[in-house]
Amino acid sequence: MDANTKSRVGSAIRVERDTKRFGIARAAYTDPDILSAEMAGIFAKCWLYVGHSSELKDAGAFKTRTISGRPLIFLKDKQSQIRCFLNVCPHRGAQICRLREGSARSFSCIYHGWTFENTGRVMGVAEPETYPSDFSSNGRNDLVSVPRFEEYRGFWFVNFDAGAISLQDYLGGAREYIDVIVDQAEQGMEITGGVQEYSARANWKLLAENSVDILHVEALHPTYLDLVATNSKGQIKRGKMLGKCIDLGNGHSVVERQATYGRPIAQWISLWGDEAKVEIDAIFARLVKSYGEEKAIRMARYSRNLLIFPNLVINDIMSITVRTFQPKAADYMEVSVWSLAPKEEVGTPALSRRLGNFLEFLGPGGFATPDDIEALESCQRAAIAAPEAPWNDLSKGFDPSGKDDVGDTKDELPQRAFWRGWQSQLLQAGV
Amino acid sequence: MPNLEQRSRAEIEEFLYHEAALLDEWRLVEWRKLFAEECKYLVPNMAGDPYASPDSTLYLIADDAHHLTERVKRLGKRTAHAEYPHSITQRSISNVRLVERTPDHLDVHCNFVTFRTSQGVTDTYFGKHEYRFVQADDALLIQQKRSILAMGALRPHGKLSIIV
Repeated sequence: MDANTKSRVGSAIRVERDTKRFGIARAAYTDPDILSAEMAGIFAKCWLYVGHSSELKDAGAFKTRTISGRPLIFLKDKQSQIRCFLNVCPHRGAQICRLREGSARSFSCIYHGWTFENTGRVMGVAEPETYPSDFSSNGRNDLVSVPRFEEYRGFWFVNFDAGAISLQDYLGGAREYIDVIVDQAEQGMEITGGVQEYSARANWKLLAENSVDILHVEALHPTYLDLVATNSKGQIKRGKMLGKCIDLGNGHSVVERQATYGRPIAQWISLWGDEAKVEIDAIFARLVKSYGEEKAIRMARYSRNLLIFPNLVINDIMSITVRTFQPKAADYMEVSVWSLAPKEEVGTPALSRRLGNFLEFLGPGGFATPDDIEALESCQRAAIAAPEAPWNDLSKGFDPSGKDDVGDTKDELPQRAFWRGWQSQLLQAGV
Repeated sequence: MPNLEQRSRAEIEEFLYHEAALLDEWRLVEWRKLFAEECKYLVPNMAGDPYASPDSTLYLIADDAHHLTERVKRLGKRTAHAEYPHSITQRSISNVRLVERTPDHLDVHCNFVTFRTSQGVTDTYFGKHEYRFVQADDALLIQQKRSILAMGALRPHGKLSIIV
């Protein structure tokens, strides 16, 4: 990062103690130099989500993904070990695998035919007799693994910085919230088939902010709230929501609050019918038995919007969505979204209810997400075009004399936590 | 009274062009009436099997009659921000094929291209519609419309806020 960019990162957050204002320089959403600094200081240094262990069911299963611009193969090898390689031939750099997913015992490069086991070990090079006999020794021709690859409760992350702190330490305070989500399942969680792949003509940080923003719901999503009111025949009221938002450190944050919609685990609505009520009551009773009433209420009747810095969102809301986004330009990102569900729901009406709930709100064809995308794109269009209006405001609930680490549900505390994490990561990254 | 087995491709094409015109003109309440009482509007994700069940696979849109009604209501409101002001759309329908006839239903496939312009940006949606028609009295009605997108991903479209 050059001195000029560093200075702009340093001044991107403006705190006015007297007037309790917290501002963000809009240039941070629009400046290509800032994006370059982020790719080096954040997307090459922080833990980034790749995939879930349930996506690789049998030995040989693989998925190709692009994370932080790097082509990766995420696979389960012949010994059932989950691995992650750079999808690049050690020979001349072609992609080793050009399929998005499948099952393979080995990979063969289309260009000169080098072949590799799914453990990464090279099996053959072109015309081996023309090379020295020890040409492939010491793993010199094997597929290149990502520098760091670690898992927490089924969620696999990569880090392109070999010297990074452990994933456990990086997740820190976010781990407890992942636990509260994963523990809702009796037999573990799995990714449901089907991935929503979309985009937004907006800076990636706008989606990070949006994913833990409860304040916008009434203004941006009244058509969704109308649907919920219809579905529950007015049973669920959206009044003052009990809950809080928390700065979890390292740029992570969570909003945990009373759910104002039906939840597959476990808040029944009339749309689902009486049979479902029996099932959902039984799920709640199981949670009470396992975790006690207080925690069961928290698990079942509260929602969690969890942002893992920089680009993973696990929102346990009307359904559980796992969302990650990759910046491609200062004003464009690609978004991938999966649905997470307890394994015991597979083949039952519970999964159908969960997916129905998902699609009502979430995704590019939902009753809410298209309006989020529209809002983010609107921010991008306006911010980039209006240098004379250079500041965004994130002051809601801001008290500069306090620690600013816990706030009310609709405070802009998660966004402030994100930006503080962003700034300190960039300034400490040393790139 | 024409029955389902006597419907010609010309009649079906007329129906599809009429449907496209209703959507292009944002006459969605009239469009909703083209569907049978029990109906589905499905848009599967582009990666994966477009015929996997929406009960066990994540879709983009999997509306039953209730949700289709609610979707039309939503799109009629000024608070459907992604579509207010309404985008300008133009639909072209081609390659119409009557692929299966029974006394009870008629299956029709066609290709489509839908252009959508909003806020100075034009996106192109294309793919195949697969319809199942039924007949009630004289009227031809859609029992199911499955729109299989062929762009690979909603990139750079970002959203599927219109009915393709």
